[in-house]
Amino acid sequence: MSRIAVLKGGRSLERHVSLRSGQRVEDALRRLGHEVTGIDVGTNLVGRLQELRPDLAFIALHGREGEDGTVQELLELLGVPYTGSGPSACAQCWDKVLAKHLMRDRGIPTPDFYAFSEAAFKDLGAAEALPAIEERLAFPIVVKPARGGSALGVKFASTAAQVPGALIAAFSYDRKVLLERHVAGHDLAVSIVDGRALPVVEAVPNDEAFYDFEARYEIGRTTFVCPARLSDEDAARAQQLALDAWSLFGCRGFARVDLMRDAQTGELTVLEVNAVPGLTDTSLLPQAADEAGLGFDDLVARLVELASAPTPA
Amino acid sequence: MSSRPPTGSRSARDLERYAALFSARATSTRSSAMRDLMALTAQPQVISLAGGLPDMSVFPAEVLAKVTSQVAAEASARALQYGPTEGLDDVREAIAHVMAAEGMTNVEADDILVTTGGQQVIDLVCRTLVDPGDVIIAEAPTYPGAVPCFGSFEADVVQIAMDADGMRVDELEETLDRLEREGRRPKFIYTIPTFHNPGGVTMSLPRRKRLVEVARERELLVLEDNPYGLLRYEGDPLPTLYSLDGGAFVIYLGTFSKILSAGIRVGWAVAPGPVYQKLNIGKQAADLCSSSLSQLFVATYFRSGLWAEQLTRFKEVYRRRRDVMLDALAEFFGPEAAWTRPEGGLFLWATLPDYIDTTDLLARALEDDVAFVPGRAAYLDGRGGSSMRLNFSGVTEDDIREGVRRIGKVVREQVELYGTLTGSAGGAAQAPPAPAAGSEGALADVVPLPRRAGDDRARGSR
Repeated sequence: MSRIAVLKGGRSLERHVSLRSGQRVEDALRRLGHEVTGIDVGTNLVGRLQELRPDLAFIALHGREGEDGTVQELLELLGVPYTGSGPSACAQCWDKVLAKHLMRDRGIPTPDFYAFSEAAFKDLGAAEALPAIEERLAFPIVVKPARGGSALGVKFASTAAQVPGALIAAFSYDRKVLLERHVAGHDLAVSIVDGRALPVVEAVPNDEAFYDFEARYEIGRTTFVCPARLSDEDAARAQQLALDAWSLFGCRGFARVDLMRDAQTGELTVLEVNAVPGLTDTSLLPQAADEAGLGFDDLVARLVELASAPTPA
Repeated sequence: MSSRPPTGSRSARDLERYAALFSARATSTRSSAMRDLMALTAQPQVISLAGGLPDMSVFPAEVLAKVTSQVAAEASARALQYGPTEGLDDVREAIAHVMAAEGMTNVEADDILVTTGGQQVIDLVCRTLVDPGDVIIAEAPTYPGAVPCFGSFEADVVQIAMDADGMRVDELEETLDRLEREGRRPKFIYTIPTFHNPGGVTMSLPRRKRLVEVARERELLVLEDNPYGLLRYEGDPLPTLYSLDGGAFVIYLGTFSKILSAGIRVGWAVAPGPVYQKLNIGKQAADLCSSSLSQLFVATYFRSGLWAEQLTRFKEVYRRRRDVMLDALAEFFGPEAAWTRPEGGLFLWATLPDYIDTTDLLARALEDDVAFVPGRAAYLDGRGGSSMRLNFSGVTEDDIREGVRRIGKVVREQVELYGTLTGSAGGAAQAPPAPAAGSEGALADVVPLPRRAGDDRARGSR
């Protein structure tokens, strides 16, 4: 039995989702016989941790606070082992622009993109470059904040006239945004636990033109197909790409890699890596684990085990 | 070891099993990104102009103490007991008294069904009238709190545009004609004619008269939701639809939430006899009866005669807050924005240039610790994306000013950014359309409310 602090909530836009992940993890940990304290992360986090002196921190904190590497950095400083990836992997995964650059440099296919800061438009006249970008990416273009989860602020622009509005929406969430080539096709997720790729999950929205924030977290709005309706080769290729990305960023414990399969060309591309994937009852990673014969409690137990193991130097 | 079924060891397959048990009603109930965003508005450091709360600190604690102990001394056993479904006579008399204060003098205590807040009336009316797929007519925008209720009865909600004079009754008639041609009969028209939530506008007398006529001619029920009528800060009171109609086709919804206390959860309905009977049966099924303790509290309080004075206190506080908000909007919101100027109630409705999405804007505003309700919450058809509801009753004058300043700052940022992105000067050219041609000159500074894209029929007629 260990004393485990479950970090959840926080102030990010994904607070609500995080609270759900956290609650579910707490319940599982209690069933596993651990002494569990849920911490709704706030300004007193360090104090709480110092006072509690947990054997381990389970990070169920989504959004900026949990995923950009800050909390991981703090936990290292306090000498508290924690679940999931370290600060460097988190920081790289959290920033989609950085992650996409790194993947492109390494030859991991990712949809073409251009990234801009607000300052580029304000101070460098980047707006002048929009027509060239629109020509290269072709409509529809996906516009998204560089950092942020759960598809918040992600917009489709089908015409040039829609681009400014989509950019403004994305800039509501971050000072940096990316314009990305839209891949029409299958929305796939490969979850990885301890360097092992789990069966591919395909998310099929029931009634939305786009797999948006709402559909992702609502039972009955999305049908999850696991294993995905892919050929064995495609499934193996998707898993391999996911593992390549996992290794590239130096992930640890678990992660979820989101991919697209182009319906026309069959090409597989990596969209992003989530270093603190959702663990809610509609989240994809637990579903994939379940398909692989790893129930939720077993999954949680395994993540705790991985975090407690001494980190290889 | 205790087990907690709601969040237990469900595997994905278990989850699917639950999902298979959900009713069609429950699956059609929409949750949203907005709900997750709204969860953040409740944090203590956030100045929330998103709430719909009356300020209960305006109600003296000693009065609460006095009335409560009086109830305990005089009627303890009754207060702790079940009561009749239709409500205790004591409180029904108080309600008749309140309705008389709004000009509805012919209401008897027996005509009144006491409910658990006004919200229950909406639920009971839907229960009584709506089968899946039936049409409910509502205003555009409509009360966001009614939206999940309509959704849970699988109603097909058709929204009618409003302007400064409230619901466009001409558009209503056209819509009713169209529905009739399509062989669809609406069950009822849901309206908040006075100090609309979220629109902040009040239906003019000619439109009230016409609406009541339309209901009569077509034998349609109107649900008149009137939580704010007594909170008038300027101008002359207008007759309620109920008093114009005499109760033949109007179901009246009242509540103590805004004139006494939201927490005691006492509202009421007055309805034509056969409808009343069905509402009563529906209420039996829903909760047997409303809290006797709450009802006796209300009755005792009204007997004390303090309510008129308390109402004046609420009005004074809210009127000042409204004025602070209007001044702050004029100072901080810039020429691209427009907003309604409510003569009472708790809310106003602001509309920004159409390239600003207020749901995304809320995410940005929360970074600056300020919140509002994105306009989309008040529509069922995706409109309202550039509008927002602002509440001025539940926040102090200083916070209203600071909150509006912060929202204004992020709006200006986005307007400037749009200017940079499009090469236009800054968006003044993108200002919302001029008020509907039919508005009187005096109302010309009040905004028209957004209409369905491409819907430009019958501008100006009413």
